[in-house]
Amino acid sequence: MSESLKKIFAALLSGTIFGLGIAVSGLANPDKVLQFLTLSSAWSPALLFTMAAGILVTLIGYKWVLHRGPVLEQELQLPTNTTLDRKLLVGAAIFGIGWGLAGFCPGPAIVGLSSGMTEPFAFVAAAIIGSQIQRVTSSS
Amino acid sequence: MNTNEYLMAATGGALIGVSSVLLLWLNGRIAGISGIMNGVFGRQCAEVSWRLAFIVGLIAGGFLFQTSTGAVLIERTDYPEWLTIAAGLLVGYGTRLGSGCTSGHGICGIGRLSLRSLVATATFVLIGMAVATVLSRVLS
Repeated sequence: MSESLKKIFAALLSGTIFGLGIAVSGLANPDKVLQFLTLSSAWSPALLFTMAAGILVTLIGYKWVLHRGPVLEQELQLPTNTTLDRKLLVGAAIFGIGWGLAGFCPGPAIVGLSSGMTEPFAFVAAAIIGSQIQRVTSSS
Repeated sequence: MNTNEYLMAATGGALIGVSSVLLLWLNGRIAGISGIMNGVFGRQCAEVSWRLAFIVGLIAGGFLFQTSTGAVLIERTDYPEWLTIAAGLLVGYGTRLGSGCTSGHGICGIGRLSLRSLVATATFVLIGMAVATVLSRVLS
């Protein structure tokens, strides 16, 4: 099997586990996400458990991978920007507004496509358009 | 306290972590969903295949969960369409400007102890909470 085909299978496997994780955690259900984001008597900390478990596994796993290096690539492709700039803060804030408005973020919305329902399709289409607007209007 | 719900939330988070470690270990890549999506609809059309495979995997994961458990991913069917569309546009724009979403910053970024990701995550969680809390008052 060629290296690029192996990479495609690796991404398919990783994506499937990721999608299962999103579905199992309840993140694919925007009502649950809004129940976490809305501060009320019905507030549920369940998604904090999802984040904590995910971070714990990556903290340990990434450390190991950083020592070892990747299997199918020459080098790890990691972000190099370390500055806390305006783009990061404004982008995260705009994302936060959108997340709070419907309870969807990119991963769960894509997983939600498997339900065949209209809402995640509308969300994903709008998100693609939104990211293209940012790309076209940005100078850098 | 619903113990089962928290157990599912943590299990799902651990699966997301395992998937992220797997993608970095095998392909040397960060499992950031918005970044993976942007790579498909971006300037450079190289490296599209593994990204598409990951996205197919996400949908397959959701499908596997629904067929094996019989559970429904998304319960609501009556969410205002304009809210879903507005949310999608903002999420697409913001995640591209801010270089990441819940997965790339919230799990992977914090997992590799990136200060940028920690700040971005705090920003979108706090703003998401403020927006969702205000919205719930307005809609009710």
